[in-house]
Amino acid sequence: MTVTAPVARKRSALTKGQLPAFAPYVVLAVALVLGAAILALIGFNAFGWGLVSAILFAIGLVGWSAAVEGGRKASDKLATCLIVGSFLVALLPLISVIWTVLVNGIPGIITPGFLTTSMNGVTGALDNKSVDEGTKVLGGVYHALLGTVQITLLATVISVPVGLLTAIYLVEYGNDRALARAITFFVDVMTGIPSIVAGLFSAAFFFAVVGPGTKTGAVAAVALSVLMIPVVVRSSEEMLKIVPNELREAAYALGVRKWRTILKVVIPTAISGIASGVTLAIARVIGETAPILVTAGFATTINNNVFGGWMASLPTFIYTQILNPTSPSNPDPSSQRAWGAALVLIILVMLLNLGARLIARIFAPKAGR
Amino acid sequence: MSKRIDVKDLNVYYGSFLAVEGVNINIEAKSVTAFIGPSGCGKSTFLRTLNRMHEVLPGARVEGEVLLDGDNLYGPGVDPVTVRTQVGMVFQRPNPFPTMSIRDNVLAGVKLNNRRISKGAADALVEKSLRGANLWNEVKDRLEKPGSGLSGGQQQRLCIARAIAVEPQVILMDEPCSALDPISTLAVEDLINELKDEYTVVIVTHNMQQAARVSDKTAFFNIAGTGKPGKLIEFADTTTIFNNPSQKATEDYVSGRFG
Repeated sequence: MTVTAPVARKRSALTKGQLPAFAPYVVLAVALVLGAAILALIGFNAFGWGLVSAILFAIGLVGWSAAVEGGRKASDKLATCLIVGSFLVALLPLISVIWTVLVNGIPGIITPGFLTTSMNGVTGALDNKSVDEGTKVLGGVYHALLGTVQITLLATVISVPVGLLTAIYLVEYGNDRALARAITFFVDVMTGIPSIVAGLFSAAFFFAVVGPGTKTGAVAAVALSVLMIPVVVRSSEEMLKIVPNELREAAYALGVRKWRTILKVVIPTAISGIASGVTLAIARVIGETAPILVTAGFATTINNNVFGGWMASLPTFIYTQILNPTSPSNPDPSSQRAWGAALVLIILVMLLNLGARLIARIFAPKAGR
Repeated sequence: MSKRIDVKDLNVYYGSFLAVEGVNINIEAKSVTAFIGPSGCGKSTFLRTLNRMHEVLPGARVEGEVLLDGDNLYGPGVDPVTVRTQVGMVFQRPNPFPTMSIRDNVLAGVKLNNRRISKGAADALVEKSLRGANLWNEVKDRLEKPGSGLSGGQQQRLCIARAIAVEPQVILMDEPCSALDPISTLAVEDLINELKDEYTVVIVTHNMQQAARVSDKTAFFNIAGTGKPGKLIEFADTTTIFNNPSQKATEDYVSGRFG
């Protein structure tokens, strides 16, 4: 009776000449220690430590890999280091912004009444009092929140029909005619218009048509739609273009008229992309400051009429609170309110982006069996 | 409920390019006619002129006459939409509407045109069309599911059901089986055999065995060279085309000595 000898557990010949799995961690630890040591010589700071350690890590890992594994694996590790490094660099500002706004904005936003009161009657004396006596900061963003929602809503109501109809013309009827080419060109030009120019255009237009000094939410909404329309046209155009021509032909072959085909086949097929494009366009203009400043002014009270009177919005609220604190001698309450408003604005944009994803999912053609 | 098609001296253009030249053909009612020929010879282009789908492409136009039971499709004042309700079409690739359920896909011709239809009549139409396309038993329990969830062969039969739901006089099929497996192809061919009891069927195919299996008459198209217009070389009974063609080019093509 023969006993088969157990195969000895040794490193497989197939994995010979590879760095062990823990290699990156070892190199990272060494790089961090070395980095700290180098930085200690020239004066320690966290940013420099990260930078020096990252460079040492890349050199160490790639060098070790080149020595043990050869050139191909070393190039792979170098590319990985560069890509991960770029990713971290790109992520840094984002995380930094969110962190700063969260840290500075949360005290503002959790103050009772911040979301439900306006700045009506909040004076420098009240701010001084809250600083001196440590009472809660009065005043809030309710009027600005309302203004932002109303102005953006009106801008959307103006831009979406104009933008969508333009896109339909370009894709379904344009046929690369001179007019279609001209529209495409000018839409591209409009995409690059500085937002302040859009604001000045809208202000000048209403000054000429309605009367000098017309500053209302509607003027701001027109300015924002100048910025929104090209984005809506572009995104809807791309979405309509990817609707397969076969679907249009299938509908034509059933004896369906062109406009019905567009309305009932093409647009429903593309609606999820169009809807998320529109939501992203809204997110793009909701934070515009300059065009609103020159078109809607800034108000401290609630104004529910977009067609009359100055109107506040979150960006202009932040701007005025920082630049002209309610109490010039004690700017802290104003800056707390400004950061709170910034946090509200970021949350709003984030909700819009989540909404876009949700809309895209709801409208997407279903593929169940 | 089927009409004959007579084509007189038809020239088909893409812009200034003459794609198909001088076609004369008489397609009988309640028959299956197959178009065969090498790629690029204008079979599909010619087929698309029979329900005015050709002119959907920019710059495309037609000279000559196509008579549907004597009425010229290209006569002045003829609405292409009216033509297409009488001459239906099934495409090479199955193209059910992705946003619609199986039921809505069958009813697409009715619903997209906003014609009012009672629920009972709609149910009856769905069942009749799906039975007509040999698909009823496979999908009757999931009519509300999306049409894109079906297999390729089922999708193609769904497209046929959609085409016959508008009760056309003629059904055009542009290589309906080229994207299908042999089993699904068999199902569609069986279906074509049943359809000819009620409809005039014209089918473009690259598969000569298929043409021999399903068609009563066969038309052979050929092209002299790149950039030259395609022409109708021979049109006769299918058995004649495959066994005893009068033209040398036809004989070469069907016996595999060419293309």
